[in-house]
Amino acid sequence: MSTASQAVDVATARPRVRPLRWVAGAVLLVLAAQFAWFLVTNPRFAWPVVGTYLFDPNILRGLGMSLLLTVIGMVLGSVLGVLLAAGRLSGFTPVAWACGVYVAVFRGVPPLVQLIFWFNLGYLLPRISLGVPFGPTFVSWPTNSVISSLTAAIIGLTLHEAAYMAEIVRAGILAVDGGQRDAARAMGFTAGQSFVKVVLPQAMRVIVPPTGSQFISLLKGTSLVSVIAMADLLYSVQVIYNRTYEIVPLLIVACAWYLAVVTVLSLGQRRLERHFGKGQR
Amino acid sequence: MSGTPVLRIQDVRKRFGDHQALDGVSLDVHEGEVVTVIGPSGSGKSTLVRCVHQLESIDGGAMYLDGELLGYELRGGHLRPLPDRRVAAQRGRMGMVFQQFNLFPHWNVLRNVVEAQVAVHGRKPEEAREQALRLLERVGLAGRADAHPRMLSGGQQQRVAIARALATHPRIMLFDEPTSALDPELVDEVLRVVLDLARGGMTMIIVTHEMSFAREVADRCVFMEAGRVVETGTPEEIFDNPVSPRLRAFLSRFSGRAASDEHAPGSGRMAQTPDERVLEEETTS
Ligand SMILES: Nc1ncnc2c1ncn2[C@@H]1O[C@H](COP(=O)(O)OP(=O)(O)OP(=O)(O)O)[C@@H](O)[C@H]1O
Ligand SMILES: [Mg+2]
Repeated sequence: MSTASQAVDVATARPRVRPLRWVAGAVLLVLAAQFAWFLVTNPRFAWPVVGTYLFDPNILRGLGMSLLLTVIGMVLGSVLGVLLAAGRLSGFTPVAWACGVYVAVFRGVPPLVQLIFWFNLGYLLPRISLGVPFGPTFVSWPTNSVISSLTAAIIGLTLHEAAYMAEIVRAGILAVDGGQRDAARAMGFTAGQSFVKVVLPQAMRVIVPPTGSQFISLLKGTSLVSVIAMADLLYSVQVIYNRTYEIVPLLIVACAWYLAVVTVLSLGQRRLERHFGKGQR
Repeated sequence: MSGTPVLRIQDVRKRFGDHQALDGVSLDVHEGEVVTVIGPSGSGKSTLVRCVHQLESIDGGAMYLDGELLGYELRGGHLRPLPDRRVAAQRGRMGMVFQQFNLFPHWNVLRNVVEAQVAVHGRKPEEAREQALRLLERVGLAGRADAHPRMLSGGQQQRVAIARALATHPRIMLFDEPTSALDPELVDEVLRVVLDLARGGMTMIIVTHEMSFAREVADRCVFMEAGRVVETGTPEEIFDNPVSPRLRAFLSRFSGRAASDEHAPGSGRMAQTPDERVLEEETTS
């Protein structure tokens, strides 16, 4: 027992004893060891095969295609999404309504269905033509020559992505305090300047985190294009294992690449969040 | 006073739904004149300055800045709303200070004051910077140019907002209760800046609940109620010899509230109404 005369200094205190943490730690350790043992000793993982195919040119080409589709889908989808968000907030009812319908439809239909639909557009619309509505036609092309699996993939992914981005951007814009728009306009900024200089930078704080998740889910979503014979990462892997029957090792190759890219994207997202978070809170 | 008024407000009407927020307001503000607007909550004071600044559209009447019709033009015999760009240019010739400061939080203090000079008025960045630093010094914030708004006290933020509005050489400054969102001990530092502007000959409309300040700073005082200008006159006429019974009721209600919970500006430069002086003696004894 310490008495009042003894000098007590909490700086000398030992850490608290926490037995439950020791138990939890031990359990996790055992589970991890077991899993590692399973990975290493199970010959069906065929790690040497994984090693052989990890940097196979066909696989890398597939990875490149997946990344390309992700970036194109994200860029076009974001641009269209910002326009849709602006339309919904425009205050002009027909436009706001049309944008709302777009979002409802393209967010509601599964992306796999959309891809197959665009790929088979020729069935519904044999020729694509330019001309006066209900009037004469100037030029026209057979749909099947315009819609390749690449264009079908880009259209399908972009339109789907745009619907999600529209909602994300709209939420971001609505999160900016109305006083900011008043102040921007009061300074004499035009509507465009207020949006670009004042509203959007502040909306970004709300827009960036869900957009990062969208980017990641779009990357994984590109694996759907393998159903329309687009040579993405998953399709390239399938081509090989249909020949060699080494399904599991090749799926591991695909997973390794998806995880690697997602990790890089997550790091980028964190940096962006820090950038747009400054000046807030 | 003679000549074209800086701002002419003529029979302006504005309704929100079925509520008539402005019911035919007319007011001329001349060069160098300071007009304070007082009135009960909901009487349309904020709506008036927001309409002048074209942050709200008006339903009727007309407003002129230096004789130029605000927000509309006559074309082919018909009045038509101006395109956004021209409205923005008109707004750029007025300065506005908000109750909630509304500084841009993603820019530092300097950029807040610089940006409109460059983006709206096409000044050179160095020139705008010098002007901004001069103004920050004038409002007592030299040395805080690199700070972000959230690092400043409310009073400091409001002084930055005043510098920001002044930076573009506005023809008229509009204040909507610039001190209502401030802690009592920060009110004086802002009022002193506004008083300094008044002495410097700036044309201003100031909406305020600080009665002693409204009296001290004004050349003319306007009392509004239910969307109308009920009485207008010199500070002495309004505060010492109110004609309308509603103004009398308002003033007595107000001084009653002042005695209980309202802040009394303690600066030696402020005039004080008698009951506030009493308050100060009570609290200091
Ligand atoms: N955007 C709006 N939509 C609907 N009604 C509004 C809007 N802005 C103001 N009003 C109404 O108009 C009336 C006048 O409001 P205003 O803000 O101009 O009053 P005020 O004199 O500034 O009051 P206070 O002293 O409380 O600031 C109020 O009844 C208010 O409810
Ligand atoms: Mg108000």
